[in-house]
Amino acid sequence: MLSSPYIAEKSSVSIIMLKVLAALVPGIAVYVWFFGPAILVTLTLASVTALALETIAVRLRGWPAKPFLMDGSALVTAWLLALSLPPIAPWWLIVVGTFFAIVVAKHLYGGLGNNLFNPAMVGYAVLIISFPVQMTQWSSPLSLAGAHLSFLDSAQYIFGGGLPDGLKLDAISSATPLDTLRTQLQLEHTVREITHLPIFGNVGGTGGEAVVLMFLLGGLYLWLARIITWHIPVAFIAGLWITGGLFHVADPDRYISPWFHLATGGTMLGAFFIATDPVSGATTPRGKLVFGAGIGILTYIIRALGGYPDGVAFAVLLMNIMVPLIDTYTQPKVYGHKQKAPTE
Amino acid sequence: MARQLYEFNGGVHPEGHKYASTSRSIAIAPLPKVLIVPLSQHIGQPAKPIVAVGEQVWKGQTIGQAEGYVSVAVHAPTSGTVTAIASHAVAHPSGLADACITIAPDGLDRWIEHDALDYRNMDPSHLRNRLRELGIAGLGGAVFPSFIKLNPGAVQKVPVLILNGAECEPWITCDDMIMRERAAGILAGAAIMRHMLRSDEVLVGIEDNKPEAIAAMRAAASQCDFAVEVVAVPTLYPGGGAKQLIRTLTGKEVPSGGRSTDIGVAAFNVGTAYTLHRAVNYGEPLISRIVTVTGNVHRPQNFEVLVGTPVSELVRLAGAVKDDTSGYVMGGPMMGIDLVSSDVPVVKATNCILAKSLALFPPPPLAMPCIRCTRCAQACPADLQPQELYWFARAKNFGKTQEYNLFDCIECGVCSYVCPSHIPLVQYYRYAKSEIWAKEKDKKAADLARERHEFRQLRTEREKQERAAKLARKASAKLTEATANSPDGAASAAKKTAIQAAIERAKTKKQGITPRNIENLPLAKLQEIAEIEARRAKIHAMAQDSVEK
Repeated sequence: MLSSPYIAEKSSVSIIMLKVLAALVPGIAVYVWFFGPAILVTLTLASVTALALETIAVRLRGWPAKPFLMDGSALVTAWLLALSLPPIAPWWLIVVGTFFAIVVAKHLYGGLGNNLFNPAMVGYAVLIISFPVQMTQWSSPLSLAGAHLSFLDSAQYIFGGGLPDGLKLDAISSATPLDTLRTQLQLEHTVREITHLPIFGNVGGTGGEAVVLMFLLGGLYLWLARIITWHIPVAFIAGLWITGGLFHVADPDRYISPWFHLATGGTMLGAFFIATDPVSGATTPRGKLVFGAGIGILTYIIRALGGYPDGVAFAVLLMNIMVPLIDTYTQPKVYGHKQKAPTE
Repeated sequence: MARQLYEFNGGVHPEGHKYASTSRSIAIAPLPKVLIVPLSQHIGQPAKPIVAVGEQVWKGQTIGQAEGYVSVAVHAPTSGTVTAIASHAVAHPSGLADACITIAPDGLDRWIEHDALDYRNMDPSHLRNRLRELGIAGLGGAVFPSFIKLNPGAVQKVPVLILNGAECEPWITCDDMIMRERAAGILAGAAIMRHMLRSDEVLVGIEDNKPEAIAAMRAAASQCDFAVEVVAVPTLYPGGGAKQLIRTLTGKEVPSGGRSTDIGVAAFNVGTAYTLHRAVNYGEPLISRIVTVTGNVHRPQNFEVLVGTPVSELVRLAGAVKDDTSGYVMGGPMMGIDLVSSDVPVVKATNCILAKSLALFPPPPLAMPCIRCTRCAQACPADLQPQELYWFARAKNFGKTQEYNLFDCIECGVCSYVCPSHIPLVQYYRYAKSEIWAKEKDKKAADLARERHEFRQLRTEREKQERAAKLARKASAKLTEATANSPDGAASAAKKTAIQAAIERAKTKKQGITPRNIENLPLAKLQEIAEIEARRAKIHAMAQDSVEK
């Protein structure tokens, strides 16, 4: 027999996921404006692959396909992965990454709600370890690039058809500001000299800083729509900024301003969209602060001292491992346990 | 100066639907054709029936006596004849039937003699006992015997008295209407509570979506000879939960597993205060209450209803249910219980009868996996982590559910209400709680059995030793007898008569023993025993007959 409550709020996993996708749209639009339409090809390919793999996995489990496809979680994973990859990455890179995200990280662990690790970040980690060359060929900002690729040109290139006649890869691709910083530092240049390069833009990189800003705005929308709480993004950003600030104060020639770290790479996408994945993240309010701060600190350490172009993915995965521990030790006080009962 | 209010965690804002039943004033429900009075209407032990089938009863006559400490009496709601003392469908989450006394009203509604109590000059424990006999229990939902809560305990004082008129559940308006129409009576009840608890402060908490009730209570408070503060609290479900209202008004929390009196606060529903006023100032037992009849009915309204009135008769008064009615809920949509049939009687706990339809209360969509979004934790007024409790309850890891304070869950339903995966979370907690209770009961039974077994082993061992000692004594006695070698006829005859007398004694004793340890058995068991005894007597008589023939 059905028991109370007999009423419910109008909400669903689908609505939550759709709002997350909607919050990504402004960032994607600015991405296209500054870097060309290639990212749309990547997003489409990742989405189609994710939905196909999700359908197969759900069918194999004997679950009803429709509600699980409609929940939108596969699409969110696909978009987050695609936005972490170079937009002109080859098609097979996207498919392999999506496979590891949807099949290995999500469904082999039990499907929606059961994965220990953030699926998109697992996909990213597999690719960056296995295919470092393809993972570092990013589109140049259109303002700095020698040529523009149309949507069809991009699709042709991504699917292995090569570039239009007379165009070289160098003309359309470049290293990211984070990569540039690392290589230039290895060449014994100071931060001051490096940041005068045109790729660095105003704060976090030409074009890239605008995309990051839009992801920040999208994240604020998620907070206002009560999809996420403030804890993880704030702790993430604070952890990154404070750690970066300490290094910067200690040695400003080697360690760039912490503002650069906030405005570049996957910072805002990571803080508001990736680290806030509820399934693989901490759940208690204090736990979320620890979790977010941990990601922020690890992101900085990997960026400044490690060998990978960006640190968000590994920081998220490392903190995913910590979640059960964090949750256990940050349980909030339950009503009636806050004050001791008067002893008789 | 506005009082400082405190917040509790979470809460939700479901649509109120209150206007539906507040446009009409409280009507007195006419006498129903039959009244079915359950013996167990309160928390604690059921009352014990003290009338017989066929007996004439007066209105207000005690028909079930309080049994054990946590219990109150039940009374005949009108004059008439007892037609049955048997199991009948009642409002219970299990859907099981329970012992009820059925009364056919004679239509005369003749009161038993009853008098007001001079509570100011009464011995407090005597007064509390009278309230127990008058069947007074909390009308807010838990139906806890009021005399227990009105005991100020060792400290002889409960400084803060709170009247709960928050009424946070959607659809229900019985407290709203009683405050609008009978505010003076409620405060007369509060005066009695204040006297019994020696309270310094009297607060009335009313959600701010009930401006008429607030105005009426304030008007009545200004006429009062003691200070009453009527506080408008924010409309936020479950702000009317006793623990939540206490926190809102005082900032204090009832300790886990403790009672509000531990922190010097007593909270009563406004309807309970009114009932107490009728009981003390008029001597009337608790035989009627205000019930909201709403939902899928044509004329939603509040009625003053006799306890025992079948739900079917009540919904007829509200203009009958609409055609698409799919069932009834006793209580509100957040915490109410589904009724097995419309024959179920109104009890002391019945604040609302809600007629359901699929349009008003659509069934929830397919439950999806939990994505740990923690909306439930953000909404939980007990600061629990419902997603963890769900996980452990589902895995039958009941030890862990207790570690995560399952028993602090008040089952308010906000977690289920907000869950985007539509998981029936509260059902999992109810399941885990009942499993734990069942296990504890089993454990107690096993402990008792083990104790008994050990005692039996001890006893048989002792008896064995005693027998051995006896045999040894006998053998030595025989030996001396043999050596004496004196066959004495007179002695053996005396021995024979002694044996005969002992046998006779044993026989009469056997007949005299009637091991009837049935005082505290439930009604159903008593009936069963009576049937078996009757059968036995019949067989015995038949056997006697055949022997005599």
